[in-house]
Amino acid sequence: MKALKIIILILFASVLIYAASDLPYRGDPDNLMHAEESITGTTVVGSYVIQEAYNDAKTPNIVTVILGDYRSIDTFGEQVVVFTAGLITILILRNRRRVV
Amino acid sequence: MRHQDESPIVLLGSRLLTPYIMLFGWYVIFFGHYSPGGGFQGGTLLAASVLLIRISGGRRVSRLQIQEFATTPLAVIGVIIYFATGLVAMLMGGYFLDYELLPFTGMEPAMVRYWGILIIEVGIGLAVMAILVMIYDNMVKGEDYA
Repeated sequence: MKALKIIILILFASVLIYAASDLPYRGDPDNLMHAEESITGTTVVGSYVIQEAYNDAKTPNIVTVILGDYRSIDTFGEQVVVFTAGLITILILRNRRRVV
Repeated sequence: MRHQDESPIVLLGSRLLTPYIMLFGWYVIFFGHYSPGGGFQGGTLLAASVLLIRISGGRRVSRLQIQEFATTPLAVIGVIIYFATGLVAMLMGGYFLDYELLPFTGMEPAMVRYWGILIIEVGIGLAVMAILVMIYDNMVKGEDYA
């Protein structure tokens, strides 16, 4: 049984390594994600963000501009998720005294 | 639960460390415009500084810091800061969370976006800090400790 586990792990690792060998090189300007237009003909958002993030919000950190400005409703959802997780701990973890 | 004496050395060490961790948390929140960081990371650091005193000092010392009943309102205030920023922008005639229309007078639109991002980051940091402290308090209360 242990040999089977190891064989499955090796097979899975070889599949992952084979898939990783086909990834594009980092920082290559000819990558598809750096193109102005994608294969299907729509505009790529990333190139717009890289070019215009500083002019839109005067903030050098592009990640902050994406998180706080372009995708701010998504960040609001994240905050509400964290808030809900905190409220649920009141219900679950707090030791209530049973009145029978 | 086992009886354990308070250790003054541990308490002194955490009292020495806590202000610097808290200062670094605020730095991470407010410097998120220029370096890696932001509301979630900074809020976690603020919570770490509060929890260090709670773990080392116990319930009696932690009563002098942020008290237990104050955590839930702080979290609500953090969420409300974020939501109100979006709502004010919407009431001024724009979209929800469109910071360009926030009522800051005498500033170009890009700088208003800059300040809008900072306001919501502070809201996120406050909420995350309060919620992490709240989770710790509820766990401790369930264990019936000290």
